[in-house]
Amino acid sequence: MTMDYSKATSSTPLPPSLKPVIPVSVSMPLIRPSNGSAAQTAPAQGVAPKLAVKCEIKDLRFYYKQYEALKGINLKLHDKRVTAFIGPSGCGKSTLLRILNRIYELYPDQRATGEVLVDGSNILDPGQDLNRLRAKIGMVFQKPTPFPMSIYDNVAFGIRLYETLRSRELDERVEEALTRAALWNEVKDKLRQSGLSLSGGQQQRLCIARAIAVKPEILLLDEPASALDPISTQRIEELIAELKSDYCIVIVTHNMQQAARSSDYTAFMYLGALVEFDETEAIFTHPSQKQTEDYITGRFG
Amino acid sequence: MSRYARRQIANRIYLALSFAATAIGLIFLILVLYALLRNGIPALSGTLFTAATPPPGNSGGLANAIYGSVVMTIVATLVGTPIGVLTGTFLAEFGRGSHLAAVVRFVNDILLSAPSIIIGLFVYQIVVVPMGHFSAWAGSIALALIVIPVVVRTTENMLELVPNSLREAASALGTPQWRVIVQVIYRAALQGMLTGVMLAVARIAGETAPLLFTALNNQFWATNMNAPMANLPVVIFQFALSPYNDWQMLAWGGAMLITLTILILNILARVLANWSNQTP
Repeated sequence: MTMDYSKATSSTPLPPSLKPVIPVSVSMPLIRPSNGSAAQTAPAQGVAPKLAVKCEIKDLRFYYKQYEALKGINLKLHDKRVTAFIGPSGCGKSTLLRILNRIYELYPDQRATGEVLVDGSNILDPGQDLNRLRAKIGMVFQKPTPFPMSIYDNVAFGIRLYETLRSRELDERVEEALTRAALWNEVKDKLRQSGLSLSGGQQQRLCIARAIAVKPEILLLDEPASALDPISTQRIEELIAELKSDYCIVIVTHNMQQAARSSDYTAFMYLGALVEFDETEAIFTHPSQKQTEDYITGRFG
Repeated sequence: MSRYARRQIANRIYLALSFAATAIGLIFLILVLYALLRNGIPALSGTLFTAATPPPGNSGGLANAIYGSVVMTIVATLVGTPIGVLTGTFLAEFGRGSHLAAVVRFVNDILLSAPSIIIGLFVYQIVVVPMGHFSAWAGSIALALIVIPVVVRTTENMLELVPNSLREAASALGTPQWRVIVQVIYRAALQGMLTGVMLAVARIAGETAPLLFTALNNQFWATNMNAPMANLPVVIFQFALSPYNDWQMLAWGGAMLITLTILILNILARVLANWSNQTP
């Protein structure tokens, strides 16, 4: 299998010399992993690891009424890896994420064309069962969205939709999800309290627990930490590092350091187009596109 | 005169006018309440709640009218609330932006402000005339027709206040739309919707015109929904216009009871609404 490290829009080939285009003093902090797991996070250079492609996006276009918000995206998402979408506001990164579980269909006047192949089948197919699709592709939003019910019921909600479990089994599943979301110890004594009584960071972890409780295969995170304080952000990032061994994770972020810290692949988007897609390390040390370089060095965006 | 000085004078005039307008409103409200209490409190007695409406010259109470009002209000609320909630749900959740929803909303607004006597006449024509007699059922239907538009409006407004992020979050778990609405959105909007129902109850508790043509009145203790039934507003209407002193006293008592009930319902609705704001 050949790894797809090619640029999504390969108008410009890689520069002959791969000298870092960013001064080292700038680039180093960017690629510093938070938990010292750089070796595992980044695929080893030279050795093409055998990674399954979980999701393949082909010539994806998206329209808000007549406005074309995504202009032909081609992208592959790898299983058990974290892919980050970065780019300035309005570049279409959230839009792209919202296509992957077709949540955009809650709104009329929004439509997508092209193909999004998840395990080989096109999820944009009109015959696709949306509820099954969304159960398979979990999503966590920018603002925490706990349901107005108890902490326990928040997590059990999704499980109850698709499985009929005895109460003991359900208890175990809820505990497992909360444990994986690093929230169990904080809430185990107050599972019957409202999910709304938690702090913002806890609410977001509750939402992550709710999303992973239904055992999805892909996890979509739409700026999951942007409304949180630094400590909560760090916990969410640790959580992402922990969860990626089991999921294909896609994270949209405004925060370039966050993308550098927590993702294996990074897609840089601008004005509805995918400018560059590569391993995160490559994007942050020697991007092939001038626009990418300008963005990650803070010259615009 | 400087621009600043002129602005200050304008400000004072505006403030004074606002105070005056508020005072006029409040003065009349206080006068009404004062008259009600002054004349109503002497009418309060044990027999007010235990005895039926008397013939002139005899002593009696309002028990049958209180019973009738309570029963018809409950039946009307039970009938009107589900219809109103479902219609409001259609407007807020399913029909957003659709042509049908715009028409339904417009018609509902007309119904909301329709004079209640029109509703009374309407029910008279389609229920009382075919049945051949006045009945508590007809009264309840007329009141339900007043409940519906109020509940439709509040339900729609309250559901629209629920942020879309909650709908997205529930849908993103693979939840079918009806479960999103029933299990998540209704819960989030519950207190607001209850407040709307309370306001609807307060509204119909004092309605006279729709009952005049439908439930009419009954001198005696009556629990048969197929027969005319006494109710406070119509009793007040009749007794207050009568020449008999004791009837007029009872009318004052009934008026005070209704006003206090509505006051309590409104306060409860307020408390519910505040409570829901504090614990969203």
